[in-house]
Amino acid sequence: MQTEKGLAEDLRHIVGQDNLREATEQDAVDGVEPDFVVEPGSIEEISDLMKLAAREGLAVAPRGGGTKMHIGDPPRRLDLIVSTARMNEVLEHTPGDQIIRLEAGVKLEDLQEHISGSDQMLAIDPPESGATIGGIVAANSSGPRRYRYGTIRDLIIGITVVLHDGTVAKAGGKVVKNVAGYDLSKLFTGSLGTLGVIANANFRLHPRPGSSRTVAVEVTEPQQAQAAAQAIVHSQVEATAVELQYDENEKQLAVLLESIPGGIDAKAETTSFLLKQFGEVRTLSDEEVNHLGPLAPPEVADGVVLKIGAPPAELAAVLVAVLGAAERKGLAHPRITGHAGTGVTLVGFSGENEDGAAGFVEEMREIWVRRGGNVTLQRAPLTLKQRVSTWDNGGDYLGLVRRVKEKFDPRGGMNPGRFLGGN
Amino acid sequence: MERSRLIKEMEGIVGAQGVIHEHEQLRTYECDGLMNYRVIPDLVVLPETGKHVQNIVKLCYDEGIPFVARGSGTGLSGGALPVESGVLIVLSRMRKILEVDIPNQRIVVEPGVVNMWVSQEVADEGYYYAPDPASQIVSSIGGNLAENSGGVHCLKYGFTTNHVMGAEVVLPDGSVTHIGGGRAPDAPGYDLLGAFVGSEGTLGIATRITLRLCRVPEAVHTLLAGFEGTEGAGGAVSGIIGEGIIPAAIEMMDRLTMEAVEEAVHPGLPDAGAVLVIELDGPEAEVEEQFGRVLEICEENEATEIRVAEDDEERALFWKARKAAFGAMGRISNDYYVQDGVIPRTELPAVLGRISELAGEYGLRVANVFHAGDGNLHPLVLYNNDNEGEAEKAEKLAGEIVFACLEHGGSLTGEHGIGEDKKKYMPKMFTDDDMNVMQLLRCAFDPHQLANPGKIFPTPRLCGERPGPFHMHPLQKAGIVEQF
Repeated sequence: MQTEKGLAEDLRHIVGQDNLREATEQDAVDGVEPDFVVEPGSIEEISDLMKLAAREGLAVAPRGGGTKMHIGDPPRRLDLIVSTARMNEVLEHTPGDQIIRLEAGVKLEDLQEHISGSDQMLAIDPPESGATIGGIVAANSSGPRRYRYGTIRDLIIGITVVLHDGTVAKAGGKVVKNVAGYDLSKLFTGSLGTLGVIANANFRLHPRPGSSRTVAVEVTEPQQAQAAAQAIVHSQVEATAVELQYDENEKQLAVLLESIPGGIDAKAETTSFLLKQFGEVRTLSDEEVNHLGPLAPPEVADGVVLKIGAPPAELAAVLVAVLGAAERKGLAHPRITGHAGTGVTLVGFSGENEDGAAGFVEEMREIWVRRGGNVTLQRAPLTLKQRVSTWDNGGDYLGLVRRVKEKFDPRGGMNPGRFLGGN
Repeated sequence: MERSRLIKEMEGIVGAQGVIHEHEQLRTYECDGLMNYRVIPDLVVLPETGKHVQNIVKLCYDEGIPFVARGSGTGLSGGALPVESGVLIVLSRMRKILEVDIPNQRIVVEPGVVNMWVSQEVADEGYYYAPDPASQIVSSIGGNLAENSGGVHCLKYGFTTNHVMGAEVVLPDGSVTHIGGGRAPDAPGYDLLGAFVGSEGTLGIATRITLRLCRVPEAVHTLLAGFEGTEGAGGAVSGIIGEGIIPAAIEMMDRLTMEAVEEAVHPGLPDAGAVLVIELDGPEAEVEEQFGRVLEICEENEATEIRVAEDDEERALFWKARKAAFGAMGRISNDYYVQDGVIPRTELPAVLGRISELAGEYGLRVANVFHAGDGNLHPLVLYNNDNEGEAEKAEKLAGEIVFACLEHGGSLTGEHGIGEDKKKYMPKMFTDDDMNVMQLLRCAFDPHQLANPGKIFPTPRLCGERPGPFHMHPLQKAGIVEQF
């Protein structure tokens, strides 16, 4: 291991003076401050950085827009942040093929803007603004439209990664249908920077729908919310999103519909008909839809956001369990939103009452992991994470997770400690 | 272990009825749907439960015996080709549908369940299983999972990998693990299920599979349109996609394919240079308007004849014509070689031109049938095995065609897999580093390379593990693999 000065010299040699800086408090990840932040401009530079990191035993955290650095357990150590900020080029967009090849640092908003002229979109709508493609893939971010289009794993068709030893490898390609070789694009999806740096990724695109409308029903109790969601899910209406909002002020199930201009009225009419048995139905104004975010996660300043994955037909049981436990643990005003069609429920509350919060997380895990679900802290104060971990215990696949990590990152230099099972 | 003892041990696991060891009977299993590769396995074992599979694999692991899993054996890349001195684990006796969960739109099946049975099971409730490979009346869900099967409707609905939600897997050391959330979304950890689907039997054996069920669409409209040639048909495909319409399926057949199909199933295809079968499904109002637009686009591209399916019977006839295409080749050629390549859709005219050039150079006929919507080509190279050297020539031509796909930005395979057949071509698409990194995954699942060894990768590698239960790896001893 060389001196910090010598290391800076080596890093500068790779990325140039302008693209190296000493880290500050702002770069800390869960309180662990790295030494340097580098912004490589090419895959070759990433590879050289990683070779250096491997040689010097540096722990590396990849970073895109930095919108999700709060996800995961506190790192065991961290020396170097490799930022993809400069790798922000759209490499190829062929409208006729409905595919796009991107550098990892391209921001989702910029990408959508770039392709809007061809009436296409990447069908993913995570809530954070400023997120990069690489970050979305690494954290497996998703939003309401996952009901119709799936998550990023269903849209990614190719990837280029750089491992901790500097090896550059690609998998997949730029065609939607492709079964040549192992699907490493999916393996890296949701790997949270623990297997390597994602340098490029390719995706399939979808046509941008010509018109949309959001129809919502007011509900009063969990069973109703579930029944309303089920009515849409089992219908033939082909909704784009089925979103739940459930708190003291507002309890509603909103259905996002998209179609061609000639098809939207019929869809809205069918949806209203299906929902009216559960309560008052109305069409949301654009303003209301925007206010929802689209249908944003329950933001609470310095708060906790817990994500529960459960079978979608058990939505009522999730709501009852959440509300009951929140009350027992003394968590005031929990805010609940969710992708009700796919079984994702997000619970937001203040982190002030830490004992209560920890007890709540434990109780949710006790119930939902046993019932085949999962419970993950999306956001939490460091002290809470230290008590209850970001992740539940996973399942009997934990050994396999560890073996994958050991093979791809035998030195344990990629984001050590952040992932499930301490990987 | 001596063969006689191995037979006894296997019989102890599955009973005498479940072990095949007579040479003549073993020959039944010497190949899969790709018949130009044949290997007689040492033993065939037919487990009836997940526990059986586990015990068989554990025994193989302890003894260092390689094994290959096989479903219905319809694969077209030799993925289920047995290995010599290895055990073939045939899953066709594991055919139970275990759970139907309509509220959560899931079904749990054993690997030997035939694709079509899944849709039949839930049809009365208004559901179906979307991936529909042409082999669906025979091919098994386990095999579909291993190959990440496609089908004619994957343009809109995706592939097997988008519909498998969970699996119980027997790993190559005989241990059992559960990957994917099953009924719940977003299980934490790496997407091991995403990596497992399409791994061609090289990472383990799925013994219990959770699938997503789709709601039957409100409306389905299907048409068949004839064109002067593939240019017009290709133009119509581009026009439809360019309009932002995603049909459930767009299939193309050229004149030679149509001749064969007409003779085989008499669907009354138009007299044309190329034909498209286009299907739209979804909510009635949406589908009706888009279908009108599709008809216009076909006319704008000078369709010579358009037939709209009046009822389910006629629709079934259109699909029968398309799905019979491979089998029908027997009517116009003694032998044929099925190729499976992918290109970006916009490269279609260029690649079709190149195929016809190559066919001319080789003096062989090539029939074209393909999933035009997603650029997945199935050129059928026709030849006569009785003519000396023609089989080799056909294989070479098929190879040149897939290289043309690569040159135009495509892939070696869209749905048939690499298997035994195309591993030699892998270096044309991937670098050594690409393949070595892929094999890190193999090393995590199967460090001793016992599951379907020798497939996918031209140069299998061992994983730098200290040999576990045995000293020198048998594959290494035999010179099949080298140390990584």
